[in-house]
Amino acid sequence: MRYSGFKVIKEALTGHKGWKPAWRDPDPQPHYDIVIIGGGGHGLATAHYLASVYGQHKVAVIEKGWIGGGNVGRNTTIIRSNYLLDGNEPFYEFSLKLWEGLEQDLNYNAMVSQRGIMNLIHSDAQRDAFIRRGNAMILNGADAEYLDLAQIKKEYPFLNFDDARFPIKGGLAQRRGGTVRHDAVAWGYARAADSRGVDIIQNCQVTGIRIEDGKCRGVETSKGFIGAGRVGCAVAGNSSRLMAKAGMRLPIESHVLQAFVSEGLKPVLPGVITFGAGHFYVSQSDKGGLVFGGDIDGYNSYAQRGNLPVVEDVCEGGMAIMPMIGRARLLRMWGGIMDMSMDGSPIIDRTHIDGLYFNGGWCYGGFKATPASGYAFAHLLARDEPHETATAYRFDRFRTGHMIDEKGMGNQPNLH
Amino acid sequence: MIINHPLLGPRDSAEFVYLGAAALMDRPDPETASAEDWHDYAYLRDNPAGPHRELWFHEGGDRSILIVTRDTTTHEITGVELAREVASK
Repeated sequence: MRYSGFKVIKEALTGHKGWKPAWRDPDPQPHYDIVIIGGGGHGLATAHYLASVYGQHKVAVIEKGWIGGGNVGRNTTIIRSNYLLDGNEPFYEFSLKLWEGLEQDLNYNAMVSQRGIMNLIHSDAQRDAFIRRGNAMILNGADAEYLDLAQIKKEYPFLNFDDARFPIKGGLAQRRGGTVRHDAVAWGYARAADSRGVDIIQNCQVTGIRIEDGKCRGVETSKGFIGAGRVGCAVAGNSSRLMAKAGMRLPIESHVLQAFVSEGLKPVLPGVITFGAGHFYVSQSDKGGLVFGGDIDGYNSYAQRGNLPVVEDVCEGGMAIMPMIGRARLLRMWGGIMDMSMDGSPIIDRTHIDGLYFNGGWCYGGFKATPASGYAFAHLLARDEPHETATAYRFDRFRTGHMIDEKGMGNQPNLH
Repeated sequence: MIINHPLLGPRDSAEFVYLGAAALMDRPDPETASAEDWHDYAYLRDNPAGPHRELWFHEGGDRSILIVTRDTTTHEITGVELAREVASK
């Protein structure tokens, strides 16, 4: 069923009796060409691009809970492609281009809103670094714009321009960045993949990965064995737990990241704003809530909830750049589990086990990557070779010294 | 989280810096270790869901390093030792 304005009017006039479930709820078949573990944004996007771009139709997505119940439902919904390094920027720009055409591709309203993102600059050295970053973005086909203090004051008059410790000196803007309705991304990809024959199997936990003679044959699940020609794992947050079933140790630690939303307010923020001297970012949802976050808590965690010191740190960051946030009451806060990799960049690669593929290590930047991650993982699963924008995301980069370390922190996962 | 310091009693975890898994204390022998050993030591982690032995540096206190046993699924702390005492055993 295609969604359209005419369909909405027709259904409104006929009592909304014609709507159907957006995807089926099938029992698993005994064998698929490709099985994807993880019904989050990345797994569902992978299934969609496998079916729509790479002509694969015997595909299943296996999810232990309900689709979209993990990190794709727990993030701060920001999309952008403002990276510096060559291993990253073409990939994230590819992702932003896919976001721009997403709703037409999926026939689903994902509320893609290119309201812009602006990173504040607080020192001369930071201005140099951000202009360099902006140039790297432009060289890779993205958009970047340096804003001087007068422009910042005009566009964002509510910011704290009197801070002696962290004066606002300017900003780096990416106008094509913005926000997307995160749940709709999962649902839109699920519906599109399902319409092309992909089986989405919920409430089905993977309990083991069957490996015979060095080749992956399928997965043991709570609904029985499911055979597969190829198995792709896309369970960021729980990657280490899943890959341990295949006997692998990963260059990943799981950490908790908290996020916050205020009560609904009238429109006050024109786009996404980030603090350059601490770690704080904020946008306003279409419902009016201020959605904001900051650093990860910094210790290994699978708990999906954090502790108060980081809450204090995030709120201090908010008060430092935007004192008016102190008048808003906090409505909700929550935590999600991040795959923190050893260089702050993801992995989309084969494993040493034939037929077993891995997608993870997204740190806390996975949401914006969803379309390109799915596309690149689908490419890898269908063709057994990396997509051209994801060639740097290899397992062996830590062995060979080709790390993609945007922040230059080394193998300290809690600092990326 | 409150960490029960063996010398100083209950302290706020915000006084500490987290340094990762306690397994990092077992550094490969530079005389005999291969490049592969160093890769595994520097970059690979067990990352368990459940009890985890980990290093917390008391930067805002007595600057000792503690080995804290903490459940990563609940944040409950079940054991705290001085790393130097464990290392000298």
